[in-house]
Amino acid sequence: MLGYIIRRLISAVLVVIITSMLVFALFFYGPSNPGQALCSSNRCTPERVENINKALGFNDPVTTQYAEWAKGVFAGRTVDFGGAPIDCPAPCFGVSYQDRVPVTETLSERFPATLSLAIGGSFIFLPLGLVLGVLAARKRGTSIDRGLVGSSLILSSIPYYLVGLMAYLYIVVFWGLLPSSDYNPITENPWKWFTGLLLPWIILGIYNSTAYARFSRGSMLESLGEDYVRTARAKGLTERRIVVKHALRAAIVPVLTIFGLDFAGLLAGTVFTEYIFSINGIGRTALLAINNQDFPIIAATVLVAAAFVVLANLVVDILYSVVDPRVRLT
Amino acid sequence: MTSSTQRREDISASRVPGREEPYLVVEDLSVKFPTADGLVQAVSDLSYTVEQGKTLGIVGESGSGKSVSSMAVLGLHDMRRTYMDGSIRVGGTEVVGLDESKLRRLRGADVAMIFQDALAALHPFYKVGSQLSEAYLAHHPSASRRDARAKAIEMLDRVGIPQPDRRIYDYSHQFSGGMRQRAMIAMALVNDPKLLIADEPTTALDVTVQAQILDLLQDLQRDFGSAVIIITHDLGVVAEMADDVLVMYGGRAVEYGTCKQILSQPMMPYTWGLLESVPELDSDPTQRLLPIAGTPPSLLSPPSGCPFHPRCRFRDHVPGDLCVTQLPDLEPPLDSPDRLKRCHIKDTAAVLKTDLVPSEA
Repeated sequence: MLGYIIRRLISAVLVVIITSMLVFALFFYGPSNPGQALCSSNRCTPERVENINKALGFNDPVTTQYAEWAKGVFAGRTVDFGGAPIDCPAPCFGVSYQDRVPVTETLSERFPATLSLAIGGSFIFLPLGLVLGVLAARKRGTSIDRGLVGSSLILSSIPYYLVGLMAYLYIVVFWGLLPSSDYNPITENPWKWFTGLLLPWIILGIYNSTAYARFSRGSMLESLGEDYVRTARAKGLTERRIVVKHALRAAIVPVLTIFGLDFAGLLAGTVFTEYIFSINGIGRTALLAINNQDFPIIAATVLVAAAFVVLANLVVDILYSVVDPRVRLT
Repeated sequence: MTSSTQRREDISASRVPGREEPYLVVEDLSVKFPTADGLVQAVSDLSYTVEQGKTLGIVGESGSGKSVSSMAVLGLHDMRRTYMDGSIRVGGTEVVGLDESKLRRLRGADVAMIFQDALAALHPFYKVGSQLSEAYLAHHPSASRRDARAKAIEMLDRVGIPQPDRRIYDYSHQFSGGMRQRAMIAMALVNDPKLLIADEPTTALDVTVQAQILDLLQDLQRDFGSAVIIITHDLGVVAEMADDVLVMYGGRAVEYGTCKQILSQPMMPYTWGLLESVPELDSDPTQRLLPIAGTPPSLLSPPSGCPFHPRCRFRDHVPGDLCVTQLPDLEPPLDSPDRLKRCHIKDTAAVLKTDLVPSEA
């Protein structure tokens, strides 16, 4: 088990390293011109762009730039934009071109907002999706089942940003049911943290629950048809026990697998949610960075996403061996 | 309807009058499933009885309705998707239409079932011991977990699993095939059921293990004195286990009698076919076995008349097109009032003698 985890962690690190190389290659071999982008706010001359390129090493071969960047990750480095040099201690993922702040600092400052969104949303969509899915499976073929599946399909076929925007418009702007959403650190004011995030949680939760409802319904239908559920019934167990202890116990495993990966995706940034509800998290930061060609931030957010996905895969596999005694990790 | 009343009397007539009703009485049972393609008539007008201490073998091909009818005894069909007609009485209690909570008290306590594939029928995520305890606790709510565990160990020991006090902590995938089936049997017997239904209990096992399991079932039946229904397509199992045999075809009973009667003097072409397709120890090894030609009938649109007529080689013994137009009654054959057959051939014994025995010799 321990050996397995260590091997998986090593391969996770490799995946992240390869991802970082790919991001570098894509950005610098692609149609980008970071020097131009940095200069655009001032009156720009070719000489100025050239100066910036020189100062930040954009003219160096990509391999050199990558080596410099990688050195910063482990040892830290000093970045000079042509003014006062900026100290970037390890782990340094570069300094934002735009606001001249080390990326590590920016992201660790933005991460709690994204984490709050992801956890709160999951607390809604996972239980809600499971309950609706189990209900639909139990009532298979009835109007309840059809209503649930139908409405879930309708809701999930509306683009998420539209649902989010409409909800914001009606609930906050027109009806004033909830305060305008924003992010306040939980450490400063738990109540404001809660009320500020309530609407995005609800929207994220309800929208995502539709997929989980359909998925758990399918998984539940499958396990309700299994021989061991028939055995449980033949033993004279109560319906509740049959459904929860025997059928749901087996049906929940594939749902948790999907959840693990979805949760990693949420941690990597919920772009629309953060943008619509003006929450300054990883997703919004990444979006702005792409607009500004702010490469250090782009690279770091991609790496964070890759790391989360790889780790979530590992956690899901370990969980599998916990919930299913037939699975042995070797 | 008159014909079914007739059949009911036939079966009760074969029993000694004045004695109390057999433990299990199935009367005119029909089970139908509505599907997108139409109504599946899985079981039609089925009647049989099983007494305490006796074993009934139900024989037939897949889709003959043998499992469906016995699952109906436990009320295991989803009643929202099943039409059930007729009567099933277990120890005097009517099961058809019984409400769910009363059915629940019957299941696993008075009537228990052993399923075919123990690997699929045991829950993969729970330890074998806890699955046994759960079955015990379901009907002994006042018992402690410790009692239930002791009971689980006792039952595993009873079915011949070595080191039962350790094996209760194993999962079903850690058991061998034979051990799993033993555990399944232990679970079925944990509440001393008065009726045990074994649905192809040995089909998934190899031959030596199969013999062990059958011996075990017989021993346990002797100890517990329960009524047993053994569902199988294997006439060898029937020969070893059953007192009475019910042959099913296309959802209907086609022959009923004692084990000896059915195996030595079968009175119905389908049973002949079944027996012909089994090799005998002293037969010529180069002789080809005779399979029954054709396929089992569609339960969506059963054949007209006798359900077996499309596959029957003996239709020329029946005058006219009776086989195609009219369903034969389940009635006693000539000279044997204590058994039942469903065939238009009047003197089946004669046909058996002239048409079948010489061809075998």
